[in-house]
Amino acid sequence: MPKIKLSQKTIEIVKEICASFENNEGELINVLHETQHKLGYLPAEIQELIAIELNMSVAKVYGVVTFYSFFNMIPQGEFPISVCMGTACYVRGAEQILHEIKRQLNIEVGQSTPDGKFSLNCLRCVGACGLAPVVMVGDKVYGRVAPQQVRKIIAEYQEGCVKPERHEM
Amino acid sequence: MDMINLTIDKKPVTVKRGTSLLAAAAQVGIKIPSLCYMKLEDLNIENKPGGCRVCVVEVEGRRNLTPACCTDVAEGMVVSTHSIRAIHARRTVVELILSDHPTDCLKCAKAGNCDLQSMAQHLGIREIHFEGEKSTFREDTSPAIIRELDKCIRCRRCEMMCNEVQSVGALSAINRGFNAVVAPAFEMNLDHSVCTYCGQCVAVCPTGALTEKDNTGAVIRALSDSTKTVIVQTAPAVRAALGEEFGDEPGTLVTGKLAAALRRLGFDYVFDTDFAADLTIMEEGTELLSRLTAFLGGDKDVKLPMLTSCCPAWVKFFEHQFPDLIDIPSTARSPQQMFGAIAKSFFAEKIGVNRKDLVVVSIMPCVAKKYECSREEFSENGNPDVDFALTTRELAQLINLANIDFKSLPDEDFDNPLGESTGASVIFGTTGGVIEAAVRTAYEVFTGKKLQRLDFNELRGMEGIRHATIDFDGLPINIGIAHGLGNARKLLEDIQQGKSHFHAIEIMSCPGGCIGGGGQPYHHGDAEILKKRQMALYREDAGKPIRKSHENPFITKLYEEFLGAPMSDKAHHLLHTEYFDRSKNGN
Ligand code: SF4
Ligand code: SF4
Ligand code: SF4
Ligand code: FES
Repeated sequence: MPKIKLSQKTIEIVKEICASFENNEGELINVLHETQHKLGYLPAEIQELIAIELNMSVAKVYGVVTFYSFFNMIPQGEFPISVCMGTACYVRGAEQILHEIKRQLNIEVGQSTPDGKFSLNCLRCVGACGLAPVVMVGDKVYGRVAPQQVRKIIAEYQEGCVKPERHEM
Repeated sequence: MDMINLTIDKKPVTVKRGTSLLAAAAQVGIKIPSLCYMKLEDLNIENKPGGCRVCVVEVEGRRNLTPACCTDVAEGMVVSTHSIRAIHARRTVVELILSDHPTDCLKCAKAGNCDLQSMAQHLGIREIHFEGEKSTFREDTSPAIIRELDKCIRCRRCEMMCNEVQSVGALSAINRGFNAVVAPAFEMNLDHSVCTYCGQCVAVCPTGALTEKDNTGAVIRALSDSTKTVIVQTAPAVRAALGEEFGDEPGTLVTGKLAAALRRLGFDYVFDTDFAADLTIMEEGTELLSRLTAFLGGDKDVKLPMLTSCCPAWVKFFEHQFPDLIDIPSTARSPQQMFGAIAKSFFAEKIGVNRKDLVVVSIMPCVAKKYECSREEFSENGNPDVDFALTTRELAQLINLANIDFKSLPDEDFDNPLGESTGASVIFGTTGGVIEAAVRTAYEVFTGKKLQRLDFNELRGMEGIRHATIDFDGLPINIGIAHGLGNARKLLEDIQQGKSHFHAIEIMSCPGGCIGGGGQPYHHGDAEILKKRQMALYREDAGKPIRKSHENPFITKLYEEFLGAPMSDKAHHLLHTEYFDRSKNGN
């Protein structure tokens, strides 16, 4: 993993987030959530900083980041695609959907496309089992997706939409 | 006391409220198998993640089987530990673990000592009915510890040791599902983490996932090289535990057989780290007295309390975690390194051997000693003062390889001059022992009077943090003792906050001190074994003709012939060291 140097601004943002949760170790998940929301992803250096701020071991922080598939350690694409792999979605063909997305974008799970437009992740159950199989692009939910629809969904975003607001590290 | 009545396997049982089913069953002679669960009685160490489910039992009226290790007794419970359903579930659980476990047990370092292997035998597993993907983790090699995580069964004992007991935080459970494992942050190698190499994770790992780095091959090669003079030193705690590897009762002292075995292995001189422990007391004791004298003389800058420095894991711990305190510990090197420095200077000269042709091997209860002897400051032009550190377990391996029938060995003595030692040095192997040895010498040197008693029971015991005040002829000296790095952290935080009133503090990383070191025969969760080893060391001390370090005639001679006086320039150069701030750049 190449080391990145955090800007002073980024450091301040993270410190502020930690402070807003009273630097309480028990709030780690909320701190991570908020930080990812503001910064887009959670690289090693950010995790180290959070560990210091919350006075806990960086191994524990990393343990939590890798436990929840929601957290990302690499920059997300402009349009993060998530495929639900919960039981309901899985039995209704989520694996084929995932395969089709990988094929179309030519990336693996956890990667982004070279142009930075899309990234791909798997999610545990998102709680929309009635709509299985479910795919999310950003915050938008697509239900009962069939492999043939994948191309169309991706195309919606390829035309270009508004860039989501995000702080650069 | 609130008592609970229940029935386990048709036997009526009455136990205290809050007792687990596992413990309640044990009280009536029913041993429910357990794997992830581990408890070290009296040391406040318990691992209870409820993860493996090997301990499941059937409770009447409950639909699901229940894990006995983390279910409390309840009034009127009717429990069956060996119903067909429970046995079947237990075997399925173990088979599932085995289905993702390498099957190269025959050549595993843990063979014969592996809890998973014994469990499979215990449950009579002859076939694995499941087949699936197998984990393929990368092997991690460090100067002291090897991690082969394909063998990890996610019991999380190591994580508990590293975080709750040691408060080091090098390890954490990471990932989920099939990829779950215990590892350092970012799955980096241990030698890039804050790991202290205390080896307590190795001491409790039920499988071969965590083992010490094996140096037996290198030692065998040195022993068969006719151009080398190979000498050996052996640490105090080894003599109280090695016998266990050959079927002796825990607590059996094998000092004489140990010397005999080393001689038969072909070492040219069989010496004793205890000699260097006496030397440590001379240096560390003198340092303590000079700090005390300065303090009493009104010097405000003098650093007190003075902390002991003979445990390399403790040294690495404060270098990482308390860099602002690195000028508080004594600068005295550990006995292992003092021995190495004297061996490769004084002794090499004496026998006319170039230090490059002198190989110093040490037998240690410890895995951190492997790391310690590889530290750069303990070498001269790339030639280390101590070439190889073997654990007690590795020595047993060597003894077996050399076809030595350990039990039938005669008792022999160590060689001179580096083999003579006192009772004070023997107790270095247990928590409280280093400071007791220091008190015996510091008292007599400071007051100029003879001690009336040599047993300082107020310094002995197994509590994690202890303190006592010793009367130095009118001057009360406050002493603190901590074993386990989590306990050490508490004392250090008091110092940081200016709340500490101690003059001297002894710290050992391993619970119990070196008797519970990561390189000792495996205790398999039985803390009684540690207590028996501790008693053995006190017995050996009590039986020694000389019990104070400053009365060791060979130590006196070494100062006369070679070093001058404690803390002389020469002593400084050879026997003291410096510490580094490791908080910034990992290892
Ligand atoms: S050797 Fe000690 S510090 Fe290192 S990982 Fe194991 S328990 Fe933690
Ligand atoms: S490495 Fe060993 S002690 Fe740690 S979780 Fe795996 S099996 Fe358990
Ligand atoms: S207490 Fe002893 S065995 Fe444990 S790390 Fe320290 S020196 Fe090694
Ligand atoms: S021993 Fe009870 S769950 Fe592992």
